[in-house]
Amino acid sequence: MSTPQTKIVPPLINLIRYNGLPILQQLHVEEQLLRTSSDNWCIVNDGTEDPTIVMGISGVPSDLLEIESVLRDGIPVIRRFSGGGTVIVDSGTVFVTLICNKEAVPDLQPYPRPIMSWSGHLYDRVFRGIGDFHLRENDYVFGNCKFGGNAQSITKTRWVHHTSFLWDYDVRNMAYLKHPKRVPEYRVARDHLEFICRMKDYMPRSMFIDRTIEALETDFSLRCIEPNGMASFLDEKFRHSTRLLTRQELEAANYASLDEISMLS
Amino acid sequence: MASKLSWASRAASYLRVSVFHRGFTSVVKDLKYAKSHEWVKVEGNSATIGITDRAQDRLGDVVFVELPEVGAEVTQGSSFGAVESLKAATHVYSPVSGKIVQVNEELSASPGLINAFPYEKGWIMKVEMSNANEVNKLMDSDHYSKIL
Repeated sequence: MSTPQTKIVPPLINLIRYNGLPILQQLHVEEQLLRTSSDNWCIVNDGTEDPTIVMGISGVPSDLLEIESVLRDGIPVIRRFSGGGTVIVDSGTVFVTLICNKEAVPDLQPYPRPIMSWSGHLYDRVFRGIGDFHLRENDYVFGNCKFGGNAQSITKTRWVHHTSFLWDYDVRNMAYLKHPKRVPEYRVARDHLEFICRMKDYMPRSMFIDRTIEALETDFSLRCIEPNGMASFLDEKFRHSTRLLTRQELEAANYASLDEISMLS
Repeated sequence: MASKLSWASRAASYLRVSVFHRGFTSVVKDLKYAKSHEWVKVEGNSATIGITDRAQDRLGDVVFVELPEVGAEVTQGSSFGAVESLKAATHVYSPVSGKIVQVNEELSASPGLINAFPYEKGWIMKVEMSNANEVNKLMDSDHYSKIL
């Protein structure tokens, strides 16, 4: 007599979809869910309203930003809880974040390279037949042009992998960012605008989001949570490390930077 | 004593030049280890803490260390900071409870010390322990080697 096969039930992941949630709020939600929830989460945020600069945990404004322009134009600057580089995000950015328990994906070691590689396979399914998609070093590219930047935060028991996808971008916004000291090797000597590309030249926005959700269903069973249903998962008293830099901090950074330049000259 | 690494691969790691993945991980005798891959060197009531060779190898080139504040209290198993490598901020956990009395300021300018010398110059903090018995909950080098 044959024994019935045990059906493997994929782990549950909560899917929440936002539309234009301010990026600071999104990062606050993510940081809190990483640290206090025991569920797996996928957060999709379709655009964020106002152009905002987001630096990684080690971001130094004077190294990364044209501070005078940032101050002049009142562009908010955030330092987030995850690693990685600096981006300027706006309504043309689509965000996808995965927050998982370390055992959620079988045999996935909770370290930067394995998580990055696993994400590359996930998005292989999303972009199958569209463009020449690759995970290149730590970026998502079509050919050798970057359209998705990644960052992670890893704890003892959980990890976050979040991505900002360049659906579209305003060339003028790129002027707020300096050429970073650390660049991927595949960038070679290209300036920023030659190095990045727009997703909208490859696929419709809704198709990208739908395909991402579909790709997730290979590894997870999805449970949709409405944005207004998040209150029970979040505590107003939670202390976030992700924060908006104050005008005073940016001015001080600019002053110190100018001081250093004058001492060297 | 740590297993000998070739001078070339340690120097390359310190200089943040890519090195091939080694097939071995060094474990130092006479240290104690946490399951989260931190090591502790106990001298009287003082504990020097860092991350293991296995941890630094898995994390990749360290580019930033979020150091804790001197004077802060830590509890066994709680996060005391983060190490950034590639695109990840990975939390590090204190193997003992107590008060932080010193942090390795050299890591601010040279975070790669963690990759090149994880058990020596790459130490992260020193703690005055509040309960030396907690060390008994940690693994010795033989036990830690077995879980790798």
